Order: sequence, then structure tokens, then C-alpha cells
Amino acid sequence: MAPEPPLLSMNGITKSFPGVRALDGVDLDVQAGEVHCLLGQNGAGKSTLIKVLAGAHQPDTGTIRWRGEEVTLRSPIAAMRLGIATIYQELDLVEHLSVAENVHLGHEPTTAGFIVRGRTARASAAQLLKRLGHPEIDPGRLVGDLSAAQQQIVSMARALSHDVRLIVMDEPSAALDPDEVDNLFRIVGDLTAEGVAVVYISHRLEEIRRIGDRVTVLKDGRAVAGGLPAKSTPTRDVVAMMTGRNVEYVFPERPVRDAAGDPLLEVRGLARDGEFEPLDLVVRPGEIVGLAGLVGSGRSEILETVYGARRPSAGQVLVDGRPLRPGSVRAAVRAGLGLAPEERKAQALLMLESVTRNVSVSSMSRFARVGWIDRAAERGAARAATRELSLRPDNPSVPVRTLSGGNQQKAVLARWLLRGCRVLLLDEPTRGVDVGARAELYAVVRRLADEGLGVLLVSSEVPEVLGLADRVLVLREGRVVHTAPATELDEHRVLDLVMEGSPAS
Amino acid sequence: MTQHASPPRDSTDKVPPSGAAPAWRGLMAHADVRTLSLLGVLAALIVIGGITKPDEFLDTRNLQLVLTQASVIGVVTVGMTFVIISGGIDLSVGAIVALASVWATTVATQEYGFAGILFTAVIVGVGCGLVNGVLIAYGAMVPFIATLAMLASARGLSLQITDGKTQIVTIPSVLDLGERDAYVLGVPPLVMVFAVVTIIGWLVLNRTTFGRRTVAVGGNPEAARLAGIDVRRQRLYLYLLSGLCCGIAAFLLIILSGSGQNTNGNLYELDAIAAAIIGGTLLTGGRGTIVGSVLGVLIFTTITNIFALNNLQSDVQQIAKGAIIVAAVLVQRRTASTT
Repeated sequence: MAPEPPLLSMNGITKSFPGVRALDGVDLDVQAGEVHCLLGQNGAGKSTLIKVLAGAHQPDTGTIRWRGEEVTLRSPIAAMRLGIATIYQELDLVEHLSVAENVHLGHEPTTAGFIVRGRTARASAAQLLKRLGHPEIDPGRLVGDLSAAQQQIVSMARALSHDVRLIVMDEPSAALDPDEVDNLFRIVGDLTAEGVAVVYISHRLEEIRRIGDRVTVLKDGRAVAGGLPAKSTPTRDVVAMMTGRNVEYVFPERPVRDAAGDPLLEVRGLARDGEFEPLDLVVRPGEIVGLAGLVGSGRSEILETVYGARRPSAGQVLVDGRPLRPGSVRAAVRAGLGLAPEERKAQALLMLESVTRNVSVSSMSRFARVGWIDRAAERGAARAATRELSLRPDNPSVPVRTLSGGNQQKAVLARWLLRGCRVLLLDEPTRGVDVGARAELYAVVRRLADEGLGVLLVSSEVPEVLGLADRVLVLREGRVVHTAPATELDEHRVLDLVMEGSPAS
Repeated sequence: MTQHASPPRDSTDKVPPSGAAPAWRGLMAHADVRTLSLLGVLAALIVIGGITKPDEFLDTRNLQLVLTQASVIGVVTVGMTFVIISGGIDLSVGAIVALASVWATTVATQEYGFAGILFTAVIVGVGCGLVNGVLIAYGAMVPFIATLAMLASARGLSLQITDGKTQIVTIPSVLDLGERDAYVLGVPPLVMVFAVVTIIGWLVLNRTTFGRRTVAVGGNPEAARLAGIDVRRQRLYLYLLSGLCCGIAAFLLIILSGSGQNTNGNLYELDAIAAAIIGGTLLTGGRGTIVGSVLGVLIFTTITNIFALNNLQSDVQQIAKGAIIVAAVLVQRRTASTT
């Protein structure tokens, strides 16, 4: 038999977004009937790569060959026509339509071209669900009434309703409990036995060992290893490949003294059902406490609950020993907390407004008498705050949207500085900030701590937490699995802690 | 354009004492491309009116009439502009004007004279706004639905109060305000009220914490909440403000028509929304100007007047209005992408 070309081969794929090179010459080849795992930390380029494969992003350069022929995936429909289906982490189902309608969305069986043949659609949906081992899902039910696991099955049934040759699954096990994960793996096994290829993305090394054939590791937009044997490559090697860095971040020096003094922020038994388990932590003046964990480990949820943006199901948050009213952002802000949220543009900035107004928004009443704003005083104070953080350009009347990611983050920090905030909650503070600007931001955070602020830092980038924080809490699936001074941890140890095992083990 | 918003300043952080000059510069700062183009449209309309009906259109009495007609809907539009900037909508303004005007002109109310009519109109407006605001801010109802319900109920209540009859105002001090004798230097009192409401509206939007919060809530409610703004209370206040404007507009309408009718304020909601939109207010919230909205009102009122003087039927007017809305939004999209 002549050697068959791989089902899919992507060569030298690059893709840039403003300020970031998300993919930098990535190669990936996938054989029919194999499970090819994609590994990488957040921001390594996995999502961008699968979006290129799904036709949702167009690569800047590089070629894609499908069964040996060069193809251009102009749109998601083009990818689907070739037989490439993608099941995203955020399921793209229409909640108010039935299972059968969702399965056939966009290619409904019709009579005369427009009358939907409901019975045919339901019958074929039922058949697909049976093939997936879930005959109990009624094709007539509304998708919104199904569990997360069932919705995922529907999403898979939709993929199979096309003549699919390759299925991309983005963290499919994230929302599933162990039984459901077993069923998922059985389905993956059935599919590959039929010759369908699966590109499987997961953070859990254990899963990759169980079902993977080969592994490609992405880091900083490059494929650092392609097509390694999934079952026999040592964990240590995989982790090393994921974490070895070309760019060394420069972190400010830690003060020699230990943080002392009464706790500024104290969290006692804080919990939210289904998101994170009871948590205790203390932040003292001058101290940076880091929470390390992957997506889904509950880190953002913890921060937002501390801040009152989410209502806790149990526990207390105390500032200076006084408990805060639960679930009230205003109470938290008044007590001296300030949040720099993960999604800066969506959750922190007023994109149509100037830097001044973005900085002053939390302290407006200070510049106002009976509601009347003294704009000169406001501008002066905003300027002083942005200068202190060396925000560029040094002109706070420019629109905040014209700033780079790092300077937008500084605008958010300046807001809290101006407010006189005492505990900063930083959620992924360097997301969307280019490498050069990161060191500066780290220095700013350390300086604020040295001036007596407490900082609670959340990041999925382990080196960031280890380099910046004084003390680190390692989270896995909503639970603190380890607490230690940052100097006693290294990246491998933390990654072992956050990745190894599954809830069942 | 926004660079104009703050004049270049030397590097000292000490700011010179503010006087009249910064306020004047602030006004100029808002004369951006969008506002200038609206002024251009208005000027063009005046030229068209002057050419087609030179004697009638430019007659002082006609201009006074145009401005008087603009006053009632103009006051409503100022309130509507705030609501839209905050990301909301108030479909009930016309119905609130009707309810306030009929409640203020019942026989029982008129026994209390001028003050009774004014007080009732304002209180009914604010009361309706309070109901809207509570439902939207604290009942988590979608503004479209809450104010649609208010529209229906207020119209129904107006009909119930009047039984479909016109309620004639018999208070001379109220009626006198609409007479020529009450004009000051040729300016009708109604127009003065409109001017005052516009100026206050501009100041509140641009110079107060209330205005800032309105813009923040409309531009990014989640960011506003996480910045420590009480988003719900702000929403409540905004619908109260819109109700207040409706109450004032109802009083103006009573003066203008010398009566209260349940059909008053018909389709004001659409006129006010249209004026705000062609004035550059984003229907999605976060941006808008009082000056733009007022120019929008003047443009619509002037068109109506020119069409009427040229004996064109109202159907033609409606078509023209629709075309202007589409044109204005298309032009704005182009200018927005270049800023």
C-alpha cells in the first residue's frame, strides 16, 4: 500500500493580532483515526490554532493540506464542508431550540427547500444520540433544559450530523464528572475506530495518557514538540516543554523583611457552591499573595467573590478586622478594596472615555461639591496618579482605547491609587500586555506593595505568580492544594500540583 | 476631536483658577464635527424654507411658532437623551405627557389654580418615572418592556380620566403665558423654559457626577459596577428625570393648547428617540450630547413647518423624517469610524 498523506497537515502557520504574535510558524499533522493531543499553557496559542483549523481565523502565512491537497479555510462553513468539526469549550448551542433542531441547525432536512421535516430531523438526531451512547436524550427536548454533559453530547451529535473526518475538542472534559468523562473517552474510541481523527485539547495530562496517540506541545505560539508518543513521553519532559521559556521575565526584588503587621485583608471560609471550596487567606500590608491555578480552578471566581461582585454561599471577608457586607461591591470599595479584573475592556474600562475619566470614576465625589465636578482638580489628581505609574502617553485627556494593554492596565491601577485603595485584587494583570511592558508592571505592583498596600494576585502564568508573589496558594478545581512561600516552589512543582490527577483520583 | 476637551496645559500640576473662559472653551469643545454637521443641516433647512416661502417662513411669528412647537418635544427629548445614554429607553414619555396633562386639568385640580396645575403635572410625571425606575432598576425589568407597560397603562388612565373629552383650562394666569403679551423680547415663555431645561441638562450631563455616572452606566455597566458605582440607583434616578421632563412638557402643552387631552403627546416617544439618534446619541448607550438632541428636535420641527407652509401632506413629512433618520445614522457611522 502506498504511504497515505496525513489527513491534515498544517505547515508554518502564523497569525498575529495587534500587539501579539499568537502563532509563530506552527506545524501540526494529524493522521486519520488518531487522537492527537494539543498541550500548552494559557496563551500558548491553542485556541488560535483551532480557530484557524475551524476556519474562524485566517492565518497570515502558512499552508493547510487536507488529504494531501492544499486548501484555504475561508469560513467555518468551508471547514465544515471538508469534514472538520469543532466542539468549543463554550458550547455554541441555541438554548431555546430543541435537541433535533440544534443538531441540524443550518442544514435542516427540508421539503421543497424550506419546509423543515421535523420527524426526519428527530429520527436522525435520535440515531446520532444512540450512536453516542445517549439514547435517553429526547430529540424533542429544549437544549436549555439539558445538563452540561448532555449539551456536550448534542454538540457532538451536531458535529457527526455532517460527514465528519476530523473533530476538534477543546477541553471537553472540563465540565464533566468522572462517569461522563469515561463515556466521552468511549465515544472518542468509537470515532477513531471508524477512522475519524480527533484533535484533543486538555490540561489534564492523565487524560492524554489514557486516550492520546500523539502529543503536540505549544508554547508562546510555537510548536516546541510535534507528534510525540502520548503514552510513553515522561511527564517531566512534557511539563518542561510547556514551561521552558525563551523570554525571561524580569521580576522586582522582594524585600528582605517578612511582611508583618495586622492583616489588611482576611478571608475566612469563603466559598461558592460549585465554584470553589471554603478558602482561608490573609494578606498583610506590603505583601503580595498569589493564587496559581489553571482555567476552571476557580481563581477569578475567588477574587470576584472577595470583591463582592459575586455573593458567597459561605464565609466572610474582613478588611482591617471588620467584616464586609457580603455581595456588595460598594462595601468592598468603601473598605479599600480595588479590583483590576481579568477582562480589562469588558469589566474595567469605559472605552469611549478619556484616561482622566477612567481614572477618576471611582473617586468622583472627592472632586465634587453637591454633585458639581471641579474638573481642574479632577484632571490634576488623575495626572498625578497616572504619572506615579509612568503611564504613557503622559496626557490623561487621550481616549483610553488608544492606550496599549499595559498602559490600560496602569489606568485601572491609577483608578485605585487615586481612590486610596489599600488592597489590590489583580486578576491576570498581564493578560494582553506585551512582554516588554510586563516587567514595568511587575515593578509597579511591587512598589505599591512596598508602600504598604496588600496585593492578592491571580494568574494562570505560573512564573508570574512565583516571580511576583511572596506567598503562593496553589489551586486545583476550586480547592487550595498547597500553600508555601514563593521561594520554596518552582514551576515544575506547581504545574505538577495543578495538572496531575483528576477529581476521581 | 476629543483632544479639544482639555486645553493644552503646562506641566505644573497647579491649575489656574477656573473662570468664564474654561466654560466657554468647554462649550466650543462640544462643537465637534457631528454638531457642526447638524448645524449645517439646520442652516440648509432654513435656507430652503426662506427660498420656498420667503415671506411666511422667515416671519417672526412663524419662527416663534416653530420654536414653541419644538419646546414641548424638546423638553421630553432632553430627558430621553439621558435615558438613552445610560443604555435604556423610555417608550412611555408620550403617554406620561398625556396623563400629566389631563390629571393637571381636571376640574378638581383647576380649583387650586396655576400652582395646582403645575404641581400636579410635575408630580404625575415624576410618579410615572418612579414606577418605571423601580421596575427597571430594582425589578430587573427590561426598559423596553417596563416602559411599554407604562405607555399602555398611562394612556388607558388618561382616557379614563377624561372619558375622551377635551378638558378646557379656565385659569387665566396659565393661559396668559401662551399669549403674545407674555413674550419677553419676542421670546415666548415656553421657549425660555426649553432653553433653561437644555442648559441645565447640558450642565448636569457634562459637569456633574450624575452625568458621569450616566455615561459610565451606559458605556459599560459591568465596569461601572466594579468601579463602585451604584448602577441600580443611577438607573432609578434616570427614569425619574425622564418623568420630570415629561411633567414639565405636559405643563407647556397645557399652556400651548389651553387644554388637557388624552391624545396629547401622541408618538412623542418616537420623535424624542429619533431626535436623540440623529443628534448622535448611541442607542446602545455610553455616548450622546444634549446639544445634538436639541438640534435634532429643531431639525424635525423645522421640516414639519416647511412642509406645512408648502402644503405638503403629513404623509410626505413622515417619509422625509424616516429618510433623515437613516441618512443621519449612516453619516454618523462613517464619522465614528474615522474618530
